[in-house]
Amino acid sequence: MRLEAKFKWLPTPLRSLLLFIVWLLLNNSLSAGHIVLAVILAIVIPLATSLFRTKQPLILKPGLALRHLMLVLYDIITANVQVAILILGPNKNLNPGFVKVPLDLTHSLPITILASTVSLTPGTVSAEVYPWGESLTEGEEPEERFLLIHVLNLEDEQALINTIKQRYEAPLKEIFQC
Amino acid sequence: MIEWIISILLLIGGSFVLVGSIGLVKMPDFYMRLHGPTKATTLGMASLLTAAMIFFSTTQTGLSVKEILISLFLLLTAPVSAYMMIKSAIHHKLDSIERTKGKDNIEDDV
Repeated sequence: MRLEAKFKWLPTPLRSLLLFIVWLLLNNSLSAGHIVLAVILAIVIPLATSLFRTKQPLILKPGLALRHLMLVLYDIITANVQVAILILGPNKNLNPGFVKVPLDLTHSLPITILASTVSLTPGTVSAEVYPWGESLTEGEEPEERFLLIHVLNLEDEQALINTIKQRYEAPLKEIFQC
Repeated sequence: MIEWIISILLLIGGSFVLVGSIGLVKMPDFYMRLHGPTKATTLGMASLLTAAMIFFSTTQTGLSVKEILISLFLLLTAPVSAYMMIKSAIHHKLDSIERTKGKDNIEDDV
């Protein structure tokens, strides 16, 4: 896990790229003036806000991150179809349940990304991260973290935990190297 | 031809959003109700926005790509709002239906 970027003037390279693209999309143009303005904004905004932001781990494997994003987008499409079928079927066939998934990730940014992907993918909504942040003293690291998820139709608890860990958590660990 | 593509995308989008809303009404408890709006609507909105993108790109001059931004913001905000709602539901100890498994996995808050 690395917190500091290579160049001091570019603290968050990928977020700068995102700002650049978002500015051009917002203006819906590729004229020279807007490109120059987008470059300036993409450099100035991260620098101006870096003082009141906590340091987050950087994406160290952009190629893998892109592949993971494609996988998640594909899963979102299948998730939509699956959940639509579950919703339209009879209610009595659904077996909801709460499942605790042990986490290997340690930093808040990867955990947030994992929780969001879990919420967007088939039949699961992430509910809570244990242990509670309030129960820890400042700077203390808990021994083990859990993600509590609610499942719409729980069939095999262990299989579900394995899928989440292998399909979504392992690539994230690789991307952030933590 | 393009009219056909736009109409089909609009129909797909509309039906997914409708299914999400049906889920909101039909499900027996709060936790299960959350599943419809968080998932069934993302694909629905994506189809509607793609239709809008094709429509405005073909009828007006120039490419219209603003809709990509709307999808991006929807993808970012849907999980966060779902998380906030389920977190407050757990905090208020809302009842889930009888056959819910693993209820003891919920820890008491501090």
